Amino acid sequence: MQDQVYIGLAIILPLIGTIMIWMSGNRPNQREVVTIITAGLTFLCVLQLLPPVLAGEQPELRVSELLPGLELAFKIEPLGMMFALIASFLWIITSFYAIGYMRGHHEPNQTRFYMCFAVAISSALAIAFSGNMFTLFIAYEVLTLSTYPLVTHSQTDEARRAGRVYLGILMSTSIGLLMIGIIWTWAAAGTLDFTQGGILKGKIDDGLVIVLLFLYMYGIGKAALMPIHRWLPAAMVAPTPVSALLHAVAVVKAGVFTVLKVIIYIFGIDFLTDTGASVWLMYVAAVTIILASLVALTKDNLKARLAYSTVSQLAYIVLAGALATSHSLIGGAMHIAMHAFGKITLFFCAGAIMVASHKTEISQMRGLGWRMPFTFAAFLIGALSVIGLPPLGGSWSKWYIALGAADADQLIFIAVLMISSLLNIAYLIPVFARGFFGPREEEEAQMAGGHDGDHDGDHHPAGQDNHGVASTVPRKRIAEAPLFCVVPLWITALGCVALFVYADRLYDMLSPIVN
Amino acid sequence: MLSSHLPVLVIIIPLIAAPLCILFRGKDQAFAITLLATWGSFACACVIAAQVMSQGEISYELGGWPPPIGIELRIDALNALILLIVSGIGSVVAPYSRNSLLLEYVEDRSYMYYSSYLLCLCGLMGVSVTGDAFNLFVFLEISSLSSYVLIALGFDRRALTASYQYLIMGTIGATFIVISIGLLYQATGTLNMADIAERLPQHGYDRTVIAAFAFLVIGVGLKMALFPLHQWLPNAYTYAPSTVSAFLAATATKVSIYILLRFLFTVFGVQFSFDVLPTAVPLMILAILAMFIPTIVACFQKNVKKILAYSSVAQIGYMVLGISFVTVTGLTAGILHLFNHALMKGALFLVLGAVFYRIGSCNIDRMAGLARTMPWTMAAFVGGGLSLIGIPMTAGFISKWYLIQASIEKGWWYIAVLIVVSSLIAVIYIWRVIESAYFREPPEDLINVKEAPLSLLIPAWVLVLGNVYFGVETSLPLSMAELAAKTLMGGS
Repeated sequence: MQDQVYIGLAIILPLIGTIMIWMSGNRPNQREVVTIITAGLTFLCVLQLLPPVLAGEQPELRVSELLPGLELAFKIEPLGMMFALIASFLWIITSFYAIGYMRGHHEPNQTRFYMCFAVAISSALAIAFSGNMFTLFIAYEVLTLSTYPLVTHSQTDEARRAGRVYLGILMSTSIGLLMIGIIWTWAAAGTLDFTQGGILKGKIDDGLVIVLLFLYMYGIGKAALMPIHRWLPAAMVAPTPVSALLHAVAVVKAGVFTVLKVIIYIFGIDFLTDTGASVWLMYVAAVTIILASLVALTKDNLKARLAYSTVSQLAYIVLAGALATSHSLIGGAMHIAMHAFGKITLFFCAGAIMVASHKTEISQMRGLGWRMPFTFAAFLIGALSVIGLPPLGGSWSKWYIALGAADADQLIFIAVLMISSLLNIAYLIPVFARGFFGPREEEEAQMAGGHDGDHDGDHHPAGQDNHGVASTVPRKRIAEAPLFCVVPLWITALGCVALFVYADRLYDMLSPIVN
Repeated sequence: MLSSHLPVLVIIIPLIAAPLCILFRGKDQAFAITLLATWGSFACACVIAAQVMSQGEISYELGGWPPPIGIELRIDALNALILLIVSGIGSVVAPYSRNSLLLEYVEDRSYMYYSSYLLCLCGLMGVSVTGDAFNLFVFLEISSLSSYVLIALGFDRRALTASYQYLIMGTIGATFIVISIGLLYQATGTLNMADIAERLPQHGYDRTVIAAFAFLVIGVGLKMALFPLHQWLPNAYTYAPSTVSAFLAATATKVSIYILLRFLFTVFGVQFSFDVLPTAVPLMILAILAMFIPTIVACFQKNVKKILAYSSVAQIGYMVLGISFVTVTGLTAGILHLFNHALMKGALFLVLGAVFYRIGSCNIDRMAGLARTMPWTMAAFVGGGLSLIGIPMTAGFISKWYLIQASIEKGWWYIAVLIVVSSLIAVIYIWRVIESAYFREPPEDLINVKEAPLSLLIPAWVLVLGNVYFGVETSLPLSMAELAAKTLMGGS
């Protein structure tokens, strides 16, 4: 009973918050306090649900029957619990960050921004908790629509074009493919409830499983499989808190979360491996992993590079789903958490750089690390986690996905993972390196006498020199972003470390999903 | 006592109120009479719907003369649902008329508007309750003639030609219908629809009956703007006053579809209509063409009212598609969409009325930046538009869901794909308007436009919220539509 209240509250609270944010529209301080309180309370509600889930229960809440047999129902299983925890926790952090960013950047229409943000979180939580595919689909569409005003926040022509791509791809895939897939499932299986072991076995022709899987995988546009990934880079015109929370965590993770849900609870792992319907998906995911990393290499705009990196990382999770072994699925699920913390840190850093120095292109960031050491250090942590190096969280998830590939006798994908890690290094580390090395163009020119150490410092000194230089050049004025920006990004960076240390707890929590 | 006379009351109330408007003349009196009459008949319709759902079919003998000599009013779930739609939309639009007229019509003759509005309502209600074929034709003509008048009231001079075009096409349609009824009378010797249905199988399906069938389908096709017989509709809806567009778009074509359903399924019978004659396939092809061609045309229109008008033709395609499946689910989908479409089109046209009231135009370029000056109006447009596209939690989603389910049930997955594609094209024309209103700079002379008055906003929002309500709480329209579909399929 109590659990049901918390489920309801977790979804309703952000909506109540939306109304209160709207009412406190012309009092910015009050508005932001409301946001943070709402975020905090929402997180607490989600947290209340953790003990029963850890104890192996699956709290349920049935709201109403929309159509005969199709309910608006919520049911919490470990995967959704994890996603909800991540989304609601990072919402708090992002709210603080957003205060620093939005004010530092003097963005207009901030009330609308906070309102849409709250609606988006509410729908992300509804996705996380959804008890059947029907509920999930509804929340999925609400999420698309509520983020549209965020993507087009600046209301410029560029934003409008990006909005078209965003809505065009997400809408056409979800209505055009996903909805047909769902109705087909409904017609074939007679239910849409997420059920351990799947609902489709024996209900559908083996040959048609591939078609249905295709409808689902390309219908879930938010998972950004190539070639329907274009909306994600386009969405980067949004203010950075949006890119950070929504387009590194809530929205894209809602996509891959749905992918995992569909594979585990709709198709069922055994059914999928028996029919071999997901082999094509492994290759598509692998191609996405590599290609997106390569594209990321060519991007000079930091947010665009991170966006392509996200596309590539999301494909890890899809790959994990397609492999459909118990290791790979847990690895994929863990990667939702690991990548969330890593990527949000990187986006926070990108935003902090933008606020503090108005720089968006990587090539302009030479020497910026001296002025923003905290930001750049956090960037390194996030980057290493995304690459998948210990002692950071990202290493575990990659490890398990690779194990899964070995279980499935698909060794080629281990190679793909390795290559991808190398590519990650190639596109993420230079950002950090450039911050500390290389001539500091404008500033050096202005100061006309600068430090020689920086002048000859070319692009490729070894990593450890880095710290040496840092300590010898203390004279540089530190011009960090506002504290509201820097503290959150450090919290998430530390989160990456914590996820490495406490990965076993996550593993234990998630293990029921494959039994 | 009174409740047993409800079927006739829904017609009598607007019929008596119409001349009263002219007698009293005063703007306010006429308005008050209209309001009372529409709300009164809506209340009657609600009670009738409740009666039908609990007790089954209602039969009322007009003047106490038993059928087939007297006229019978006969109401089953389908009639009750249509009655609800017509009177419901009628009573939302009626209060809206008061303010929106100021700009569009000469004030001192507003009683003429109210009286034709009531007559139109009376005609549409009459069609929906009567069990007599000729009576149905008479009521249809009452509604058509008064709608020609209503359309001609438009602010734009082009309203006159639009109305004239509609008059010609509508009259051809009506003539076809009356020819068909005449042929049926010749074949069976009765005008009571239930009687005709009974006697037709005995009479046999000779050439007379087939001719009657053909005349009827074409005639009704004209009235309901079935593609490619829709030519009159875009201009008529575009140049009519917004209130009239909203009222007619939400009701008139729906009632025509009701006639089609009633004749195909009840009078001629499922077996004759679909097994003996190959009606389903041509209907489906026309429906699919209607889902695409007008939708694409709509994407290139400048006038938002015209966009919606073309969209109406497309939506009629969806309903006919549902009918052409000839299954219970298909019919449910079609009838459900009939209900839902009334809600969304009504809402959107009312929104445009509010826009026209403030800026005197519905041109997409003139509406640029309007979201800044009229946020509530444009938010209502977004709401109605989302329902038209078929986003979850709106009424439009429910009908799309059923339509797709019906086509998958039949195993025609390619039809499901077509439905989805065509609703995605709808995103384009709706989003053109939204982008214009939200992303562009307003024209210089329109920077200081005020928000529309509450008297226009409230009715529009009532319908928009109706879209949301019936997207979440679907049991009322769904149970009625399902019952109606079952009756139609089984009760032949």
